[in-house]
Amino acid sequence: MFKYLNPKRFYYAVGKKKFLEFILLAVFMLFFYGPLMYMCITAFGNVYEVPNIFPTEWGFKWWNFVFSQKSLVSSIVQSLTIAVITTVCSMVLCIPAAYSLARFRFPGRKIFMLSFLLTNAFPKLGIYTSIGILFYKYNLMGTLLGVVIIHMINSMMFMVWLPCSAFQAVHKQQEEAARDVGAGPIRTFFQVSFPMAMPGIMVATLYTFLGSMEEAQGTLLVGLARIKTMPVEMYGIILDYPGQAGAVFAILLMIPAAVMIFAMKKYIGPEAIAGGFKMK
Amino acid sequence: MAERSLKLEIRDMTKRYDNGDGVEHINLKIYEGEIVTMLGPSGCGKSTILRTIGGFLDVTDGDILIDNESIVKLPPEKRPTAMVFQSYNLWTHMTVYENLAFGLKLRKIPKDQIRADIDKHLKLVSMSGFEKKYPTQLSGGQQQRIAIARSLLLKPSVLLLDEPFSALDAKIRQQMREELKKIQAELGITVVFVTHDQEEAMALSHRIVVMNKGKFEQVGTPTEIYDNPATKYVASFIGEMNFVEKDGKTVAVRPEDVAITSEPADIQGCVRTIMVLGHYVEVNVQCGDLVVKCFVDRDQSERLNPGDPVNLKFLKTHIF
Repeated sequence: MFKYLNPKRFYYAVGKKKFLEFILLAVFMLFFYGPLMYMCITAFGNVYEVPNIFPTEWGFKWWNFVFSQKSLVSSIVQSLTIAVITTVCSMVLCIPAAYSLARFRFPGRKIFMLSFLLTNAFPKLGIYTSIGILFYKYNLMGTLLGVVIIHMINSMMFMVWLPCSAFQAVHKQQEEAARDVGAGPIRTFFQVSFPMAMPGIMVATLYTFLGSMEEAQGTLLVGLARIKTMPVEMYGIILDYPGQAGAVFAILLMIPAAVMIFAMKKYIGPEAIAGGFKMK
Repeated sequence: MAERSLKLEIRDMTKRYDNGDGVEHINLKIYEGEIVTMLGPSGCGKSTILRTIGGFLDVTDGDILIDNESIVKLPPEKRPTAMVFQSYNLWTHMTVYENLAFGLKLRKIPKDQIRADIDKHLKLVSMSGFEKKYPTQLSGGQQQRIAIARSLLLKPSVLLLDEPFSALDAKIRQQMREELKKIQAELGITVVFVTHDQEEAMALSHRIVVMNKGKFEQVGTPTEIYDNPATKYVASFIGEMNFVEKDGKTVAVRPEDVAITSEPADIQGCVRTIMVLGHYVEVNVQCGDLVVKCFVDRDQSERLNPGDPVNLKFLKTHIF
């Protein structure tokens, strides 16, 4: 049986092109899923020491450990709370902005759009430092509000660009038709423009939520280690506990992302994302 | 027509855009149960007038009245008009039924009544059974039918149609035109129709308003406009027309009013081309620098050959 696994045999069986593709795929899979697999193995290994390739004892020991740590559990709650607040505030603030950018032509519109890129173009640390100076002045350091503002700044680009292009895809006539049959401007927005732009808005919301869930740098700096979200807690765990606890925690951190992506897989696609970056 | 009641009146209306374009001093009376078409090339202001009636553009000056009440200050949702646009009329996140019911729900009409109304109107536009479909599953013509049904459901005082068929292909366009005329006759609704297609205007309208550069060139029935064009512009825009310079004046003559004879007549020339267009034949005659188009019957055309010298007699002319 093993002779059929001989690379030479395989090479001639499938041809040169397929063989190279296979190698490339294998390398890619290993590169992509290797760390993920290692993480999963680690998380379920009660005893896992250096010379062994696999854990010598499997189990949920580290899971129990993580859940017994009060600070870890509270950080999960903290993370979710901040992510929800950030997402809601971001929507309330950015969606009207996106709508007006999509509908009205005013001087400086393009510059305004591009300005959202700036926060992502500079090294974050520099921005956080200068924000820190302002935050100290307004007593926002170490507060929930301060952290939410930092998260919102990071999400703003997605939250404006993606819904903006989604609103542009709604035709003026469709809104006018709604006005024509008797809907006022506000009803027209909520029952016609908004639902029709929903796919784009959903993708942006997802980015905002996930971005907030995994943001560590800014949270750590502005939160002054008083606001402990999961990624912030991760730093401590990596330093203080064995790798297994970190792996368990990483998996926990992944769950909300995986759930959200699965729930919204209908809306997420290369076109939806690429569409958001068209400058119209 | 007997005593007609006035439905829509535009009084000395002016709409000027920031760039200076627009329409000025528009006066028009439209009577109950009429189809009035605004006809003109793109940019002549016909859509501007329609949009001011619908409430999508505010007027710079003047007044618009429906049933003798000024509507000029009302937003579109408060006006007794309903509009069908050239395209993108329907909301793609709603089914056909939801699209149709949207306006009725806002008017707090009972559910059973809504259902009955929608059934009736879908039948009217021959779209029964499409309730659960989404707009993107329909063809362009079907979408326009639904849009027309949605407008009719609201029982508007005036139905406004902004080139509703111009995005459709020729065959469907003709069919829709015929159906619209039938529906209009059944319901007796007042319609203002905008188009750049003179054939469509001729076929549909009770009266046509020919527009050019923001002004009315002529208002009249299709036959009036065809038989007695008031200006040279109208003469050239509606139907086919030959223009012959004679004694410093322009003589306009329709191709069907040109007779080919052997006796001395108005003008002489040589047959240039002969084209059979079905039951009639188009003969182009070269008269000096000018090419005169004539429509003749098949019998006569069979006696003609390209290059033959002929005399042309103008049976009916307009002089500008």
